Amino acid sequence: MKSILKNRLAWPVIALVALLAVNQIFRADFLSLRMQDGHLYGSLIDIMRNGAPTILIALGMTLVIASRGIDLSVGAVVAIAGAASCAYIAASPEPASPVTAAMAVLIAVVAGLVLGVWNGFLVSTIGIQPIIATLVLMTAGRGIAQLITDGQIVSVTNDSYKAIGAGYLFTLPISILITAVVFILASVLTRRTALGTLIEAVGINPVASRLAGLRARNIIWIVYIFSAFCAAIAGLMISSNVTAADANNAGLYIEMDAILAVVIGGTSLAGGRYSLVGTVVGAFIIQTLTTTVYTLGIPPEVTLVFKALVVLTVCLLQAPKARNLLRNLRPASPLRTKEKVAV
Amino acid sequence: MSPLSTVAPPTVKKTSSVGSRIRGGARYAPTLATLVLFILMFVVGAGMYPSFLSGQVLLNLFIDNTFLIVLAVGMTFVILTGGIDLSVGAVVALSMMVTATMLQNGWNPAIVILAVLVIGGGLGLLMGMVIQYFDIQPFIVTLAGMFLARGLCYVISLESIPVTDPFFTEMAQARIPLSEELFISPGVLIALVVVGLAFFILHHTRFGRTVYAIGGNENSAMLMGLAVKSTKILVYCVSGLCSAVAGILFSFYSLSGYSLAAQGMELDAIAAVVIGGTLLTGGVGYVLGSVVGVLVLGIVQTFIAYDGTLSSWWTKIVIGGLLLVFILLQRLFTRRTA
Repeated sequence: MKSILKNRLAWPVIALVALLAVNQIFRADFLSLRMQDGHLYGSLIDIMRNGAPTILIALGMTLVIASRGIDLSVGAVVAIAGAASCAYIAASPEPASPVTAAMAVLIAVVAGLVLGVWNGFLVSTIGIQPIIATLVLMTAGRGIAQLITDGQIVSVTNDSYKAIGAGYLFTLPISILITAVVFILASVLTRRTALGTLIEAVGINPVASRLAGLRARNIIWIVYIFSAFCAAIAGLMISSNVTAADANNAGLYIEMDAILAVVIGGTSLAGGRYSLVGTVVGAFIIQTLTTTVYTLGIPPEVTLVFKALVVLTVCLLQAPKARNLLRNLRPASPLRTKEKVAV
Repeated sequence: MSPLSTVAPPTVKKTSSVGSRIRGGARYAPTLATLVLFILMFVVGAGMYPSFLSGQVLLNLFIDNTFLIVLAVGMTFVILTGGIDLSVGAVVALSMMVTATMLQNGWNPAIVILAVLVIGGGLGLLMGMVIQYFDIQPFIVTLAGMFLARGLCYVISLESIPVTDPFFTEMAQARIPLSEELFISPGVLIALVVVGLAFFILHHTRFGRTVYAIGGNENSAMLMGLAVKSTKILVYCVSGLCSAVAGILFSFYSLSGYSLAAQGMELDAIAAVVIGGTLLTGGVGYVLGSVVGVLVLGIVQTFIAYDGTLSSWWTKIVIGGLLLVFILLQRLFTRRTA
């Protein structure tokens, strides 16, 4: 029991299970899934589908944070990717054809990669603090997205494009499948190769890792490009789900949600050790929280207050100082003192 | 031996004084660059549009940005210690909501203003204490503060609440004439008083010196026996207070309370501070620089308004570009002095 509790994933998972249990208590059919027209339906599927863009971005953010960075520009990248693809579809001669949709996806992904290269360039080559370097794109990015859409909300009618965010495949929403594929890819690439360890090394001590012969710069490029790539895919999902690009509101504050998911998932903002699974759990907690507010009948406008309290609680639980304080409040058991002596 | 020792002291003295002069110059350089940029933009504007040259255009920069000036002042304190405060925009909105609701319920404006200041300062103090005592990154704590303040706005009301209180409408409409054609608003005076106070506190009090010392090197500041803990908490309180004042000024300006107001204003404040030459790593920067930073942001907007063909989103792109240029400039200077 003790060893389970010591696992870094224990607390986030407990929090998620508790949240789900609360929902189940208040709504008996909460956890049930049903088939309808060959699609799976249910609150759990809704949570996963609505949370897919956040999870995607949080995955990219995890690797950035593990390298002791942060990427504030993801929300702007979401807006730019959505704007670029929708503007392309709207302006193309065949706005409904699958080929156009494929081109639009390609354009969005390339735009994302370019923006990732830009962030990586500022952070690794120029050596600007990540929070500031990505602040530039965060500020200018929405302006660029508005420039692409000419300040309008561009709506498109393209069934293939709509499928990305709202379609189903093998009874599951496509957005969930895409997220799952990216998660598996990221896990395999970072855990089955040395990449994950290298990212952690850069995050723990960039200078030492460079002196150890590690090309820290390239690692930093990779994480920012991956983060922007994830954000571009998320931007496609968000704009495809509503079949429109809203340069102002698409992905607004999503960087905050993503960072929270990462922190709740147990990855320290100070860089180093990270957990992709933890991040996914963290993103589910955030999404479930929003659903819980509705289930409990709390007015939706209170969601943010609720979120603030949860964030603070989780952060406090993870802060070493707060843990020590809690430990000192409890009477020291003789067993523990014995253990200490033995050590 | 003896000739060497007699020659050595003056050269050492000379190089050290030259060195410190260069370093001193580098410290002022980003702020000076901002000032030069501002003057340049003003001159270019005057060349392009004849009506740009009037003093009132300059004064309007102040009138339209009183709240941003105050916010940037508070943010300067936080950034000087190497921290960041993301909650300021939300606290501005919360202050406006509290002001509008309390006034609607017939409270005395003096009590309302006091209450808003207490709420803003209290929130800042709370965030500072969490940051200091639990050793959590300012980024996350102030992000939670932002959610909390914005959420409380929604709890108060989702609708826009008009402010009809005579004192507030008087403050909104009053114009203080400077000459026959030039005038300012009372809000400008309040903002300038805040700037003056901040300048005095930063440069002439123990608290101000400690703020700079923490930004320079927190461990050294601690070893020097400075009150690092309380100072780090207090800067967030200062920022919270400034956000509350900015909220009141914004109420004077807009005569309403709206829960979605001041969205993204924290970014404008941070941008103004950075453009004004404050290093985001802390330790170097000036309140007056931040004020010039706000004026630069203001003049960009004026330019776009004067041009007429440029759309409003160019503001964001230009601000982003300026931010980049100044960050690169900072990088250049820090590398040279390091």
